[in-house]
Amino acid sequence: MLDFPRWKKIWLWGITAIAILAAIPSLASLTDTDWPDALPSPTVNLGLDLAGGSHILLEADQSQVSQQRLENMEEAVRNALGDAEPAIRIGDISTADGRLSFMLDDPSRIDAAREAILPLMNGTGLVSEWNLEVVDGNRMVLTQTESGLQDAITLAMDSATDVVRRRIDSLGTREPTILRQGDDRIVVQVPGLTDPEELKELLGQTARLEFKLLDTQALQTEIAQGIARPGSELVPGAPGGDYEGAVLAVKRLGGVRGDSLTSAQQTFDAQTNEPAVSITFDSQGTQRFARLTTENVNQQFAIILDGQVLSAPVIREPILSGTSQISGGFTVRTATQLAISLNSGALPVDLTVVEERTVGPDLGAESIRSGTIAMGIGSLLVILLMVAAYGRFGIYATGALFINVLMILGIMAVLNTTLTLPGIAGFVLTIGAAVDANVLIYERIREERKRGRRVIAAVENGYKEASRAIYDANITNFIAGVLLFLFGSGPVRGFAVVLIIGLFTSVFTGVVLTRMWVAGWLRKARPSDINV
Amino acid sequence: MRLLKLVPEDTNIKFLKWRVPFYVVSILLIIASWGLVFTNGLNYGVDFAGGQEVRLTFEEMEEAPIGDLRDRVAALGYGEPVVQRFGADNEVSIRVRLPEEAEGVPGAATEIGNQVIATIEDAYEGVRRDGNDTVSGKVASEFRATALEALIFAMLAIALYIWIRFEWQFGIGALFALFHDVSLTLGMFALFQLEFSLQIIAAILAIIGYSLNDTIVVYDRIRENLKKYRKMPIPELLDLSVNETLARTVMTSLTLLVALLPLLLFGPASLFGLTAAITLGIFVGTYSSVYMAAPILIWLGVSSDSFVPRESVVDAQERKARGEA
Repeated sequence: MLDFPRWKKIWLWGITAIAILAAIPSLASLTDTDWPDALPSPTVNLGLDLAGGSHILLEADQSQVSQQRLENMEEAVRNALGDAEPAIRIGDISTADGRLSFMLDDPSRIDAAREAILPLMNGTGLVSEWNLEVVDGNRMVLTQTESGLQDAITLAMDSATDVVRRRIDSLGTREPTILRQGDDRIVVQVPGLTDPEELKELLGQTARLEFKLLDTQALQTEIAQGIARPGSELVPGAPGGDYEGAVLAVKRLGGVRGDSLTSAQQTFDAQTNEPAVSITFDSQGTQRFARLTTENVNQQFAIILDGQVLSAPVIREPILSGTSQISGGFTVRTATQLAISLNSGALPVDLTVVEERTVGPDLGAESIRSGTIAMGIGSLLVILLMVAAYGRFGIYATGALFINVLMILGIMAVLNTTLTLPGIAGFVLTIGAAVDANVLIYERIREERKRGRRVIAAVENGYKEASRAIYDANITNFIAGVLLFLFGSGPVRGFAVVLIIGLFTSVFTGVVLTRMWVAGWLRKARPSDINV
Repeated sequence: MRLLKLVPEDTNIKFLKWRVPFYVVSILLIIASWGLVFTNGLNYGVDFAGGQEVRLTFEEMEEAPIGDLRDRVAALGYGEPVVQRFGADNEVSIRVRLPEEAEGVPGAATEIGNQVIATIEDAYEGVRRDGNDTVSGKVASEFRATALEALIFAMLAIALYIWIRFEWQFGIGALFALFHDVSLTLGMFALFQLEFSLQIIAAILAIIGYSLNDTIVVYDRIRENLKKYRKMPIPELLDLSVNETLARTVMTSLTLLVALLPLLLFGPASLFGLTAAITLGIFVGTYSSVYMAAPILIWLGVSSDSFVPRESVVDAQERKARGEA
């Protein structure tokens, strides 16, 4: 074991040096020391619990995606059958229970209907997205396939994530992290943000803007009972708007959706001087809006935001310019927010905050300070104990301990992992546990000496016999750490990261490096007895 | 220089002489722990219970008015809040459960949190918001489920590893020792109603790792001695193994304790639960490695033969072919 070839020494010191160098930028940033920008600077990220900031977990309502798809399908089917020559008439349309079903007035046209619908059933992907069944010869039932629905949800979540990103960027916050999580969730982390109210309001707003014609034939008595005529739906008035507390009947189809906007801006209404939002449609939207307003002059249309009527102006003249103004009980703040939301696009699904964690910046800084002090005192005590118990060998263990801590930090920086508050506890625990490898080896050397082995044989045996237990213990700890990482979330993961990296570095420093040092000393000093 | 010897050389403590009473007491403690968990229940923090937790510092006061805060928040009508000192005397955490009907309502939790903070800021000057956690009931129940899965998987995976590396008796022994540690830790949390959060799950997994570390060191020595002293009676051999590793056991427990104690005393308040649980676990884990993991091997019938290489099928056929018994 005294035989440490030069290449091996260079190799070991090389690894050590690289890992320690990698730790320096992080140490500089943790202690607020300047680090020249020109140099490469892999730094450990600070978790929100240390840096201060907001963590928000958003969940999408999956059933909405399914409903939305059904409604789109309904409109597509109606158009396709209406465009057939001659038009195929249908009735008794329902989108309940996650499927679209309707009846053909003329059962003999079933094949023509099938012909017209088939092209609608396959989306862009290779999977079949819908199943078509014919019941009783004249009823057609379209069901969504599981894979089709999943694709749609994935697509909706991707676009929701984009929308969320655009909205957060518009707030000008620095370095937000926005990630998809699981099937239907989005994690948003904004360091330094300690009052997430505005952010949550912004993300909570779906911003689905619709312009729909009022159903003038609906009877007030029916509306009061909550009954909508076929082809109509009931929409409540928005709080603070013209129709607060009221319910309006609007035509379900034939409106214009706000997703064909090019821009939205907060402005003031020329007449009332109230805050409002002006919008500009894209060419397709302009066309549709022009058609809607041309065909329905002197009628009322409802401006609906997220399922609530903001206002219902009368169409005085066709609007061909593709611009419009929305008002309805806005404050400057809510109008600005709506403009941001509309500019970033509507969310394809409603998002709800299911978890939120916010930490003030003072608390984080305090935690780092007290955590570091505690770590320092702990290390000092461990070192004292090791040196008192093992003398020279304890000093080797101390060296290993220092390098160990720096290596963990360096590796964390290079892997771009996050240091969290529990991560600090992970460091402390690693400091206490890492010397175990040294304790095992040194106690074994003591035993071997007691049994009368000569110095070199005792040291050699000490390292050899102890390493079995060391490796077994580290592997089982690794299992526990990995499970913690897999099942844990957020800050707890930071604890697992430190523990796992610490296992590798502990073996490297506590076993491999000390062995090199001990071997070097034995070769040079050739002691006849060792004090261990 | 004379070196510190924490344990005298050549100890010969008859650890296993009292194994039956120790086992009886430990099993009773395990049962009591689970009894407490089921009757007293665990004091779930916001992670597992769901709801809203606000942490505040009263910058202009020596001591936070805990009683008054409790009354004021309770008056909002969201049930009895949990108001605890959190760190220094003027720091508190206030926890409110989400009412059933607020589940899944967008913004309901935030609304409640804002009301709580507004109420307090109206009544007191110089209130600093340190943090705020909101967890919906759905996410909380997911946290509970994954925490349980993590614990169970960790214990089983580790037992499996030990079984492969040693023998099945050792796997069962290690699993039992871990079960003992986890049970007693949970029992303590149920008894003292300490806040049980995701961090505590991390602590328990760390305890599992540490306790196992100890168990492996003892087991490794037992295996070595089983090969070395083939005629020694098992109880005597186990005692010898525990005594031989005693110095290491004491030293490692001590280094862990001196590393953790400063964190417990001066560390951030948010880490108190985690650190306390691990510190407790060090005692429980050390005890279980000696008194739970070792004696069980006697009852499971470990013997020197457990490590004699078994005859392979081919060898057995050849032996039969030669006509030997």
